[in-house]
Amino acid sequence: MDFSFTEEEEAFRKEVCDWIKKETPKRWLELDPLLWEETDESWAISREFQKKLGQKGWLAPDYPKQYGGLEMSHIKRLILAEELSYNKAPVGIETEIAVNWVGPDLLLFGSEEQKQKYALGVAKGDLVITLGYSEPNAGSDLASLQTTAVEEDDEYVINGNKIWTSYAHYADYCWLAARTDPNAPRKYDGISMFVVDMKTPGITIHPLINLMNRHSFNEVFFDNVRIPKENLVGKKNNGWYELMIALDSERSGVGYAALFYRILEELVEYAKERKCNKDPIIRQKLAEMAVEIEVSRMMCYRLAWMYSKNLHPNYEASMSLVFLSEMMRRVAQVGMDIAGPYGELEWDSKWAPLRGKIERLCLNCLSIGVGGGTNEIQRNIIAQRGLGLPRK
Amino acid sequence: MDIGLSEEQEILKASARDFLARECPKKLVKELDESDKGYSPELWRKMAELGWMGLVFPEEYDGGGGTFLDLVVLFEEMGYNILPGPFFSTIVLGGLPILKAGSEEQKKKFLSGIATGELILTMALTEPTASYDASAIAVKASPRNSDYSLNGTKLFVADANIADYLLCVARTKETANPQEGITIFVVDAKTPGIKCTLLKTLARDKQNEVVFDNVNVAKENIVGGLDQGWPVTQDTLEKAAVAKCAEMLGGAQAALDMAVNYAKERIQFNRPIGTFQAVQHYCANMVTDVDGARYITYKAAWELSEGLPATKSVAMAKAWVGDAYQRVTILGHQIFGAIGFTMDHDMHLYYRRAKAGAIAFGNSNFHREIVAQELGL
Repeated sequence: MDFSFTEEEEAFRKEVCDWIKKETPKRWLELDPLLWEETDESWAISREFQKKLGQKGWLAPDYPKQYGGLEMSHIKRLILAEELSYNKAPVGIETEIAVNWVGPDLLLFGSEEQKQKYALGVAKGDLVITLGYSEPNAGSDLASLQTTAVEEDDEYVINGNKIWTSYAHYADYCWLAARTDPNAPRKYDGISMFVVDMKTPGITIHPLINLMNRHSFNEVFFDNVRIPKENLVGKKNNGWYELMIALDSERSGVGYAALFYRILEELVEYAKERKCNKDPIIRQKLAEMAVEIEVSRMMCYRLAWMYSKNLHPNYEASMSLVFLSEMMRRVAQVGMDIAGPYGELEWDSKWAPLRGKIERLCLNCLSIGVGGGTNEIQRNIIAQRGLGLPRK
Repeated sequence: MDIGLSEEQEILKASARDFLARECPKKLVKELDESDKGYSPELWRKMAELGWMGLVFPEEYDGGGGTFLDLVVLFEEMGYNILPGPFFSTIVLGGLPILKAGSEEQKKKFLSGIATGELILTMALTEPTASYDASAIAVKASPRNSDYSLNGTKLFVADANIADYLLCVARTKETANPQEGITIFVVDAKTPGIKCTLLKTLARDKQNEVVFDNVNVAKENIVGGLDQGWPVTQDTLEKAAVAKCAEMLGGAQAALDMAVNYAKERIQFNRPIGTFQAVQHYCANMVTDVDGARYITYKAAWELSEGLPATKSVAMAKAWVGDAYQRVTILGHQIFGAIGFTMDHDMHLYYRRAKAGAIAFGNSNFHREIVAQELGL
């Protein structure tokens, strides 16, 4: 057993840390990404930074070299993710989606041309790809999705609507799951995956304003949208299987653990400012959060370590996600406990502590534990896949 | 980074699990729980033959030259099966402080004695204040001729009823800093003036009141230097906290395994109760607590084993694992329903130990306060 990093890995950590500090624009830190501000300004800064990351091969470091990656070791990727997050580098969730959800499928099932065009584009930071999974009537029960893709001559014609499509309004492409065989005996069997150019006629984007009063996700309508046949990825009607592989693709979640470590540090400093750092209840609560963040970090390390040993995790990623998301809600509450009424203030008040981070956290924490699979679904996975409990 | 066990440790783990399942069935556990001695001399001898007692001691003292991590692996399995008896007290509370601070003569006598299974040791540390702070040490050791005389009461002393020797943590000097002026004496438990009274406890572990009434102890029996006892005690407490975490981790894993197996078999409404989402989610929460406990324990154990500063990791582990074990056993009881609320059942053995383990060597509040200090609060 060895929880330490090698000298080379430590040197890499320093290299990453120095690079982020050098390349992150001051303005970004003024905006403070922990606010999850999603304005055109923050978006532009973030995209530019990610292109630089892409040029270094650090945006999709696991990808093969010919598709913009470095085939980086699992442990180094863990370090990279930790440092990007801890140092508040301008990396958005759109990258997580494109690099970790869409890319792995393209690399596994895409044609050479598709890999060159889309996977490389994602790895270079040139492309934003939004996820076309959920529908108004297909959330946790994703396989009951109703959007159709009908083959006509050299094209597929797409009809239906997708929802919670994050960054569709910025996206170049949509990674779309659509039903290609409505008569398949099982709902899982008639689904296919497509890459759809968001500029294709017939696509309408309707903004949905989230709880934080921000425009991040959308409803997207497809009305007789015609796309070339070659935009099918993988095999027709094999999409569910491909999609499940993508959901399973490697995510240690260590970025969140590192981010929350940073937030904890800020809360500790704030508690001192508020002079409640000697309050035994606040001490207990902050310590409890420190312990939970460490437990969470170890769960993420465990995942990276398992990948590095070729031990294929099955329920471990779900566990890490459930734990993280529920921890976030508790951290938000501890922030409120320290700040009292100040915690309610939005960021533009001169009285707002930590740039209004506590108010933002209290709202944002509700989304984690829902997006990307609710905690109920994750717990089902842990129980059924991890512990072998019967489905019926 | 490699957070798994080594091949040798995996072998040790598997053989310990087999041995304990065979030699220490739950029937024996319950008998020992109900007895006054709380251990089986026959099982003790077999464990010594396997080399468990001397596992972490150097070969020159008849030990196996293993690491603290190896010991942690063993404790995990002892927690999994449940092993009543003074192994923990003897090795962690008796052997490790002597290994760290004892004289050559003390090491030869006590470590070899432990390794061969002849000696049972424990530490008499806490007093009626039930605190693990240095300021709580009030039992007094006063010079008498060339020896010392011990006076006062120690409380919650594990296995003192069967111990051959007690490591008594006593005050030898009153100073402004309570951590100074503390000395550890290794005392023959049969010395006149020692009165030991067994306490009946929830976990039915063998805790005792030990009264020292003018107990004579030679100055050669000082472990470490005069007035230098607190750092050794603290070191022992850190190792004890982590060893207890390992034991609790094993117990939590066992409680989880039992509950999951039962959920797969128990039929209600014509289907296994494990098909119900409420039960599935209980089990998911249990395994999350078990896995969370595992790596936070391993990290602290690794740091201690490597001799790295581990105060924060140790406090984090103890603060977390005690609570996690309790949550796991409470859900375990819920899944077993009424059958779990009988003496015949095994789940309560784990529940009782979760309560005791969470309290031992500082409860979660105590350790969170240490974490708060480490955070700079």
